[in-house]
Parts: sequence; structure tokens; C-alpha cells
Amino acid sequence: MAFIRQMLTVAAKDLRSEVRTKEAINASLSFALVILLLFSFAFDPTSETTREIAGGLLWLAFAFAGVLVLNRSFARELPNDCLDMLNASPVPGAALFLGKALANYVLLLGIELVCLPVFGVFYNVTWYRHLGELVLVLLLATWGVTVVGTVFSALTVNLRLREIMLPMLMYPVLIPCLMAAMRLSTVLIGGEPITGDDVAWLRLLIGFDIIFTSLAVVLIDTVLIG
Amino acid sequence: MTALAVEGVWKYYGDYPALRDIRFAVEPGQCTALLGRNGAGKTTLIRILAGLSRPTKGAVKLFGQDASVRATRAQVGIIGHGIGIYDELSALENLKLFAGLYALESPGRVAEEWLEKTGLARVKDGLVREFSRGMRQRLAVARAFLHNPRLLLLDEPFTALDDRAIALLQGLLRDALREGRTVLMSTHQLREALELATHVVLINRGKLAHTGERTAEMLADPGYLYRVHGEA
Amino acid sequence: MGMREKVMVVLGAVAAMLLTRNIWVMLTQLPDEAFQGAIFRIIFFHVPAAFTCFLCFFLALVAGIVYLAKKSLQWDAFAVSVTEVGLAFGAINLISGMIWARIIWGIWWTWDWRLTSMLVCWLLYAGYLVLRRAVEETTERARLGAVMLILNFSVVPFVFFSIKWFRTQHPQPVLFGEGKMDGIYREMLYGNWVPLLMIAAVLVLLRMKQENQQREIDALRRAAHSF
Repeated sequence: MAFIRQMLTVAAKDLRSEVRTKEAINASLSFALVILLLFSFAFDPTSETTREIAGGLLWLAFAFAGVLVLNRSFARELPNDCLDMLNASPVPGAALFLGKALANYVLLLGIELVCLPVFGVFYNVTWYRHLGELVLVLLLATWGVTVVGTVFSALTVNLRLREIMLPMLMYPVLIPCLMAAMRLSTVLIGGEPITGDDVAWLRLLIGFDIIFTSLAVVLIDTVLIG
Repeated sequence: MTALAVEGVWKYYGDYPALRDIRFAVEPGQCTALLGRNGAGKTTLIRILAGLSRPTKGAVKLFGQDASVRATRAQVGIIGHGIGIYDELSALENLKLFAGLYALESPGRVAEEWLEKTGLARVKDGLVREFSRGMRQRLAVARAFLHNPRLLLLDEPFTALDDRAIALLQGLLRDALREGRTVLMSTHQLREALELATHVVLINRGKLAHTGERTAEMLADPGYLYRVHGEA
Repeated sequence: MGMREKVMVVLGAVAAMLLTRNIWVMLTQLPDEAFQGAIFRIIFFHVPAAFTCFLCFFLALVAGIVYLAKKSLQWDAFAVSVTEVGLAFGAINLISGMIWARIIWGIWWTWDWRLTSMLVCWLLYAGYLVLRRAVEETTERARLGAVMLILNFSVVPFVFFSIKWFRTQHPQPVLFGEGKMDGIYREMLYGNWVPLLMIAAVLVLLRMKQENQQREIDALRRAAHSF
């Protein structure tokens, strides 16, 4: 249907722009790797400590680096008043939002998939023992981060201090999602499957994703058009 | 059916009314010049007509339908202050993108066609970032026209255009009017704009000061309207 | 004095009387709680402050939704006022909790799930105030603020659940214990909530008045500059 096509057109445009300029991707990836590096100085990475903090460390790196990509999402529409052209077009706000969210999702997942092996090498960790479940956690939690981040990117796009405002507003809202991701990732990287109590965290992620995607889709027109 | 009907539009910023009870209509085939001093409310009004802003009170109807319905946007072409094209994409990619967003059949063909018409076929794969100002302006014009809009909304279109772009735009507008399309452009009484106009709407401090046909006096003396119908 | 001012004065006076009476009862009539000592009385402010705080945040959600539906800036004034008052009572909850923790446990902060959840929610709504500061135009500020209030309140239940589950997996010292309270204590707990609510109402009305006046000034200033 036309909605899906418009959504994919927007996603493709964002990805094409990003691949061509590599502005956000380079900065974001470097930032994530630097964080992983810095943390190795913050404590002594024995295998005991590493196993306990693996999930936390990874998701901190993803969350901080991801902001650079998410910020760019609507900010890239500002030069030449392109955002106005998009808002004035027949593309529904929801299609515009989901298209951008999709592009951000792909970029964030790409960064995460590069960081994992690097993390494995730096910290001497076999992180792929429960690869399937880990990928599931990545997919669910990254979507949560993407959806909230893209909505706040739209909300802060016209603000002067956008680069500071976006992380400051976004992170508290993401706390439940990040907690779940950290907890589940720590368990999986430590070599255990997700069982019993931890299944609740998966359910939280799914609930979080559904609720915030719905809210974002409903509210996006209010955010974009004054 | 009226092309554009503005029905009692008010726009408040906080408690401050930027637009007060604006009412006028534009029939198909007309070219209406929206005049007013800086700060009178022209840009605010055009943004509302373009769907970029919602009126606090009142309604705007495009070809009979309420303008807040997204689908009506497909009939409108817009040239604003910014050129509205992406620097990091090529000319062809830009036009294909907008053709896709406006759900046109074969966006590729339409894009190529309009690159021809605006004299940019030679540089179709060049990134807009590398274009001269005149080339960008022509591409912006292509973007506004490529979906064959029934209504064209132009915000000070002739300001900052070079000769070639002005000639191109005037030609396209004359053709469009001849085909029965409708044009509304806000302007600072530039001769290029007034020549094309069949009607004028004057906004003064957010209120409608005058609507009517564009007369010969207005063309001869651009300050005429302001003297006769209340100044800013 | 207008109607609103009369209501504020009456509420304020009644609240002051109730509060005085409650404090007198707390200090003279309620026996010291067996294990926790005299400082236990802080709970009669700590817990009602939390109730008030979240009631305020809920009212802010309502205000945001109504504003988006009706576009009346009175509702925006209410939204910011009730959020600021909510944050004030949230701060009371946090500070009283920290004082309590310091006296009973010897540490200023424990990652007690209620205290941690309050802290996160406090940061959420402080973010709302920061957002408002960053938007210059009144109507845009109201619109974006309302959206954020909706997003914020939607995450509050997630915050509580996630922090509580985290705590069951990583147990921390619990501030006030999970046990139920005896009759007289519970009566005072809810009883003290009443004057706090009245004070909250007075503060909200006061802040709304200031917000409305500010908006009027902004409109006049803008009108003056446009000539």
C-alpha cells in the first residue's frame, strides 16, 4: 500500500544520505569504541567483573553512541527547509516517522553488530554462546531506543540546544528499556539462557516497544505541525 | 468549486493574534498576489495554507476539502524561503524522491522530464551540494511543479532568483494559469509578481485590508495599495 | 480580592491549622514506634508527599491531553504549575527519605526501589521543565510540553515495575519495611495527606496566576514591537 511505500522511500532516503556523507555513522561508531576502550581503564577487566557488567557496559556504549545517530535523524531535514517540504507533502506523519525510525534502527543495529566482536576482543569474552537470544534482545531493545529517540529527535529539532536536550530528555524515558536490555545481555553473554524471572524482562521490552511505538505514531503529527 | 477558501482564520501565538479573521477565496485559474509589509502575517498565512501550521480558529478549504486532510496536499505545489532539496543527493535523486512521496507513477520518467524542462538534464547525477545558486533554484522550481499541482503556493518566489530562474518560473506560471491552475504568491509588490497577478489580497497587521482584482494602477505604482487601503 | 484569591487564603489557613494540629498530635500523642524511634514520624510527610507528587503528575497528564484537545492555554498554565508543585513534593519525599536512611542505616542513599523510582520520575519531569525553558514561543511550548507529559506519564509504570524487579534480583536495604501499619499510624498517614494536598492546591493556583500574567505580558510585548 502507499503508506508502506512512502515509509520505505523515506527510510531509503535517510540511509542513502547517511551512507553518502557518513556524518553520524563515523562519529557514532568511533564514540562507541572509545567508550568500550575507556571502560577498560575504569576497572580491571578480569573475567569475573566483566561477566557481571557486560550487558551494562555494552548498552551504555550503544545508548551514548546512538544519540548521535538519532539526533541527526530530524536535524538532517533542517538545511534548505526540507522538513517543511516533507510536512507539506501528502506523506502522513506516521509514515514519515516510521520511515525515519526504520533508517535509525538499521544504523543502530549496524553499530551494535560492529561493537560486539570488538567488545569480545577487548575484554576477552565469548559473547556468542546464546547468539539467537542475544540477537532477539538486540532487536527488541534497539527498537525501543529507536522509537523513543526518533520521537524526541522530532520534538527537539527546532530547539537551539538540540544536541544537549535530546539525550537529557530521552534517557530517563529509556531507563526501563535499558535496564531490561542490560540485565538480559549480561545473562546471555555470561553463558546462561533466559529463564524464569528473566523472561519478565523480555515481556517488559515487548510491552515497552508496543506502547511507545503506538504513542509515537499517534503523537507525531502534533509534534511536527504547529 | 473554489480552489482555495480561507474561512475566518485566526492564528494566536500565546495570547498574541498574528492573524485575525482572514477571509477570502481564490477561484481556479486566478493568480492572487498576497501583499503586506514585513510582519503583517503573510508568511504565517502561507504556512497555514501549506499545511505547515494549524489555524487557532477557522478553516482552510482546498478544492472543497478541509486542508487538514493529508490527501489534499497532493494537489499543492510549494516554493518557500528555503529551496527544499537535499544537498547530499543528486538532482535526479531529489526529483525521484519527491515524485515518490507524491505517489506518482514512474517517478524516474517524471524526474527526467522535469530535469529537461529546467535545463538541468546535463547535471542530473551531480550532487546538489556542487550546484550554483541558480541551478538549485531551478531544481526547486522543478520540485514544486513535478506533480502537476492544481494549486501553487509561492512565498516570495522572485526574491533572490537569478534572471534565468525568473524567466523559467514566469514561463511555468503563465503556462499553469493558461491550463486553469491556480496560483497564490506572497510578494513584496515586485513587478514580476504583479504582472502575473489577476487578483490581490492585502494583509495589514494580521487583518485583511483589501481583496479584489489587480488593477492597472497597482501595476504602475506598487505603493498604491498601501496608500489607499491603510498603511502598515 | 477575587474568588480565586479567597479560595487560596481559605485553603492556606485551613491547611496551616490542620498541619499544626497534626504535628502536635505526632509529637505528643502517638507513641514512638518500637524499633525505629522518634524519627519515624518523618514518614507522615515522606509518604503523603509521594502521593501528592504522583497525583500532580497524573493531573499534568490530564492537563496535557486536554490542552491538545482544546488548545486553551489555561490548561498549559495548569500543566506547568501542577508539575512544578509535583516536583517540589517529590523533592520533599526524596530528602525526607535520605534523612531517614542516614539516621537509620547510616548512609545517605540506598537503592531502595521506591526512592529510586521517585528519583527517576523526578528527572523525567525536571526534563519537562528544561524543555519548556528551551522553547521560546508560547503555543509551541505548550504543544511540545503536552506531548512530553503524555510520554513521561506513560513510562512511569514501566519505571516502577522495572526498578522493583531489579531490586528483587539485587536486594537492597528497604527503607520503611513492607509491613502494614497499625490503625492510629495509618490514620495519621492519610490524615496528614489532607493539609499537604491543600498546600499543593494553593501553590498550583498561585503559580497559575503568575503564568497567566506572564503570558499576558508576552502578548503585550509582542504587540508593542509589531508597530
